[in-house]
Amino acid sequence: MEWEAPAVVLEARPHGEGGAVVSVLTEEFGRHAGLVKGGASRGQAALWMPGNLIEARWVGRLPEQLGALSGELVHAAAALAMADPLATALLSSCCAIAADALPEREAHGLLFHDTVALVATLARDTLLAVPDAVRWELRLLQELGYGLDLSACAVTGEAEVLPYVSPKSGRAVSEAGAGLFRDRLLPLPAFLRDDAAASGPADWAAGLRLTGVFLARDVFGARNRGMPGARDRFADRVCLLASAGAGD
Amino acid sequence: MQEPGFPEAEARLCQGMAFPPPPHLPNDPIERLIALLGRLPGYGRRSARRAVLRMLTEPDRLMLPLADALTMAAEAVVPCAICGNLDSQSPCHICADERRDRHLICVVEGVADLWALERANAHRGTYHVLGGVLSALAGMGPEQLAIQPLVARIEAGGVEEVILALPATVDGAATGHYLSDRLRPMGVRVTGLAQGVPMGGALDVLDEGTLAAAWRARRDI
Repeated sequence: MEWEAPAVVLEARPHGEGGAVVSVLTEEFGRHAGLVKGGASRGQAALWMPGNLIEARWVGRLPEQLGALSGELVHAAAALAMADPLATALLSSCCAIAADALPEREAHGLLFHDTVALVATLARDTLLAVPDAVRWELRLLQELGYGLDLSACAVTGEAEVLPYVSPKSGRAVSEAGAGLFRDRLLPLPAFLRDDAAASGPADWAAGLRLTGVFLARDVFGARNRGMPGARDRFADRVCLLASAGAGD
Repeated sequence: MQEPGFPEAEARLCQGMAFPPPPHLPNDPIERLIALLGRLPGYGRRSARRAVLRMLTEPDRLMLPLADALTMAAEAVVPCAICGNLDSQSPCHICADERRDRHLICVVEGVADLWALERANAHRGTYHVLGGVLSALAGMGPEQLAIQPLVARIEAGGVEEVILALPATVDGAATGHYLSDRLRPMGVRVTGLAQGVPMGGALDVLDEGTLAAAWRARRDI
């Protein structure tokens, strides 16, 4: 058994003295792990950093085996992100969530494409990548079966102005539909419904709060796990950005 | 290799067969020594066996002094109460050295990094060992690292610059940014090590990430 595919490195666990067990995200094979001989060595450590785009090759005698992974660097996203605190936090957050939340060897083609697009945007402009990271979390929820329904109001059926999401059902709610329960609903920033809508740090922070509730409850909470620390640090950094913007 | 708990009856049976029994039983001191040495980094069973055999040939010159040194180190070495370095005294020799510049603290991930910087003889200030870096994978959050003692050292006053000598990985960078956010408001200068072309390194063999970092950090000559 063997395959070759473009992949995003999600995590690399040290194995033995110089080896590593690496998880990558591919289009066809989903999150796939493999043993990398010398993966933690000086020569290879830079390749297996989370967020890097690589051309991966997996070989195993049987499909159910861990197998051996090798790869060639296509885009050094990790090294490029390291100088920027926000970019580092974003990349760490997405990789930690994907590594922990995605089931192994289950194809999530749309999420893979969104991840590659996110990494490409991150290389151009970090601030452009932040709203994409929130949309990426929405996509992850959708791919795992916990997608939010933001098409119409769950109460009135209105499809135009939808400022809230119900934390219980995950469906959008209009101003009229919110009624007395407004305080219990989660704010829905407009950029999550309309890609062309302008957005700023306050909207991104609201978006992360929204996705965070469902990630914590449905994806991680359902398995008695906490949210990855990297995701919390990313949300904190965006909140700081929002509060700095509010102070200007 | 014979498994632990190999029954004596089976060993006796082996004696009557064509092939000899395994040379050492699990409780055998030599086999135990090989097993213990084989657990150390850089050693496998084969290299451990070679080392043990060499020691056994000259026990007075190699083995007994080593045993004494191991016992002495295990009893005497303690983590420094100030910086976390491993030394035979606390505060360690570096923290106790009056000639060290106490305005500078170099923050490192582990004691191995501290020793590497000491070998380079580049830093004349003091150190602080974090005991790891932030890592979702290893379950290391800020609470698991020695950040609070570092903050306490800065609050005590006299520190002007904190040099972050952390690994050039995503986790290392995340830790650096976290520390910078935490320490900068305390009025200290926070700096990090440069990243780029290593000494004697040819550009065509460097990975793209290192080259990109070096390009960004270019300077006037």
